[in-house]
Amino acid sequence: METDTKLRKFGRVCEIVDKYDRNPSKLIPILQEVQKEYRYLPEEVMTYVATCLDMSPARVYGVASFYANFALEPKGKYVVHICDGTACHVKGSGAIKEALYKKLKLSGDKPTTDDLMFTVEAVSCLGACGLAPVMTVNEKVHGQMTAESAEALIDDILAEEADNA
Amino acid sequence: MENKQTIIINGREVPFNGQKNLLEIIRSANIEMPTFCYHSELSVYGACRLCIVDIEGMGVVTSCSTAPKAGMVVRTHTDKLRKMRKIYMELLLANHHQSCTTCAKSSMCKLQDLAARMDVKEVRFQKTGCEKALDTSSPSLIRDPNKCILCGDCVRACDEIQGIGAIDFANRGASTTVVPAFEKDIKSVDCVYCGLCASVCPTGAIMPRPETEAVWDILHDETKTVVVQIAPAVRVAIGEMFGLEPGTISTGKMVAALKMLGFDKVFDTSFAADLTVLEETNEFLKRKEKNEKLPLFTSCCPAWVKYVEQSFSDILPHVSSCRSPQQMFGSVARETLPKTLDVKPEDLHIVSIMPCTAKKFEAKRPEFMKNDQPDVDAVITTQELGRMIKQAGIQFNQLTSESFDMPLGFKTGAGIIFGTTGGVSEAVLRYASEKLTGQKPDPDDIARVRAKDGLRVHTVKIGEAELKLAIVHGLKNICEIAEQVRDGQCDYDFIEVMACPGGCVTGAGQPVSHDDTAKELRARGLYNKDKDLQLHNSDDNPYLHRCYQQHLGDIGGHKAHELLHTKYSSRKRFDDVEFLISEEHHQERLGVNVCVGTSCYLRGSQKLLEDVMKHVKKQDLHEQVEVRATFCFETCDHGPTVRVGETVMKKATVETICEEMNRQLQVLV
Repeated sequence: METDTKLRKFGRVCEIVDKYDRNPSKLIPILQEVQKEYRYLPEEVMTYVATCLDMSPARVYGVASFYANFALEPKGKYVVHICDGTACHVKGSGAIKEALYKKLKLSGDKPTTDDLMFTVEAVSCLGACGLAPVMTVNEKVHGQMTAESAEALIDDILAEEADNA
Repeated sequence: MENKQTIIINGREVPFNGQKNLLEIIRSANIEMPTFCYHSELSVYGACRLCIVDIEGMGVVTSCSTAPKAGMVVRTHTDKLRKMRKIYMELLLANHHQSCTTCAKSSMCKLQDLAARMDVKEVRFQKTGCEKALDTSSPSLIRDPNKCILCGDCVRACDEIQGIGAIDFANRGASTTVVPAFEKDIKSVDCVYCGLCASVCPTGAIMPRPETEAVWDILHDETKTVVVQIAPAVRVAIGEMFGLEPGTISTGKMVAALKMLGFDKVFDTSFAADLTVLEETNEFLKRKEKNEKLPLFTSCCPAWVKYVEQSFSDILPHVSSCRSPQQMFGSVARETLPKTLDVKPEDLHIVSIMPCTAKKFEAKRPEFMKNDQPDVDAVITTQELGRMIKQAGIQFNQLTSESFDMPLGFKTGAGIIFGTTGGVSEAVLRYASEKLTGQKPDPDDIARVRAKDGLRVHTVKIGEAELKLAIVHGLKNICEIAEQVRDGQCDYDFIEVMACPGGCVTGAGQPVSHDDTAKELRARGLYNKDKDLQLHNSDDNPYLHRCYQQHLGDIGGHKAHELLHTKYSSRKRFDDVEFLISEEHHQERLGVNVCVGTSCYLRGSQKLLEDVMKHVKKQDLHEQVEVRATFCFETCDHGPTVRVGETVMKKATVETICEEMNRQLQVLV
């Protein structure tokens, strides 16, 4: 199955560059779509995109490394964003982050679990201050979190994954 | 009618006509504006902020990025501007290593120079961040990111003049750096080692890799006989290391200095350039006669050769098989000198003095090794020679001239002008013309090839034949022609390529010059030297013919081929880039590797890959076949290339691949 996924992903990369007419000025949207496929930007895929767009790989890497939104390391299946904007921060987002780091054995320097299941990142304002403290799991918003409810959420995901396995 | 407009600079009226920006006008009024990021041949960047001016009604702006308007009232050195510039300088220095005493760029460094000129006496800002590692991976260049001030000159030069873009900005804010793609080292990417980045770098962040220690070691070994060859462009620039004007011909003093340093024999690469003219012209005329593999590209420039190997390898058959003069000298010296100098071959050391950083790489190429010994043992640049002369305490300007040793020190003017753009073509034309018509050509007619443009096209009539030549410098200018040649759409006969803008005289190994006219003065120096000499056609070099009689046999003959020619082959642009489409390597599965490198990509390998993937899916072969996209099998001239199992298939189509796949699968069953 995995082979099939990879074939499909590579096919998608080809589709994406073609969709944008291999136009170098469309590099950012291309990288955004490519990242959706891989959950990050693998080096060889960036090199391939550079070849297609007739740009230097150094330029593509420069753009990819400039924007925080682009990930250069593989991300987990579940990307957890913990809001650390002003409202969430004063409502105790720090404790939630620490609890998840501890539970998943992660840190600011190591945001992704070895089994590529979870990535935990602190981000600036998610724009849902009324629900502070807020976290998102793969873009789904969870409001008024506590360290305990965040841990419970992770446990739920783990249980679901175990069921599916 | 000429349209003269004026602006007021510091209270004085200054006319302007056609200048693109205010900075150029201010400089034309004999006011020196400090800049790091402004180079007239590169795009305007406006990052260093040092060229700020105060314009009435506009306030403080950077003059490099401001278009002139008639009647503008501009001040360049008010108290406010002076203070602002000083702060900018301090901020730039805060991110800099400040290790001037141990930096090879010291005394040639623009940062050092401007800091002194702005009277910066202390840097109030503390350094943050930790020391970054040096990149010493390449034979030609050393990158020290700790000395980078992020002016971006190297990035724009590599992209805009060479069309390569081997380095670029990466990351953001305080973490911004200038690095090769994916922060790899420079050896693993598509850098051609021309060193243009080092030439434009205002600090010591990118420098030619020094080999002076190796040369000192060779010189101090009493058991060795050390000979040295000097490239044409060195003699018109070495004087700059000692305060002489660019273009001053210092051959005699340089020979004397080299003898004092301990070199046993001093020879001239121009002799080998004469040799190149004979070999290359004959190769060219043979091709012209048979009308095959035209146009012929020159192969003297090692940066161009690396470029064509990695980016246009399918046109490699068009590149002359001649070795460069440096390497011709190396192999001829190895062949002839042990006998003539009465030394054991293993005791002979050969050193080159070159204007070029890529020559360091060239000398280490496996093609130019025999029994693990390189033909040329060490290559030092003009800069490095200047430093060695200074280290030895030699008073260069006081020296009495000495002359080259014979026979490898004798040359014609044709071998001298090799060092500038158009020089190789002119030398070839002088010889070809006399060879074909039996008469000396009109020098003025041939000298038409001299000019500054990055791409020049000339049609030259020799006897009945009409030759169409192109002369190119700056690799970006060759791209389009190379594509035409690849597509069989190019009707030129002969194409001269030099990577450095202006040719070897502006090589990255030359003394650092912040003077825009240096390039021209050095080239003029070479042309003057050509005039000085009695002989101008390589074919008239009597020592060359003696060399053929005694050692090389016929021009283009068997022995000449062995010693003077070589074969270049395609190379990867990037090290270690391969991606598996399957999850992991399955040994038992049949691997289908489709090249998606540049050349194969252009020949439709993306479509091919998709089609193969579709076929695998349709036939449900997942369990037996593993499809991978890889970068470059180094057979780009026959792309698209696909490897099925162990079989490499050139010019592959989806039908041939599937056929081969099925055949191998049946064998496996």
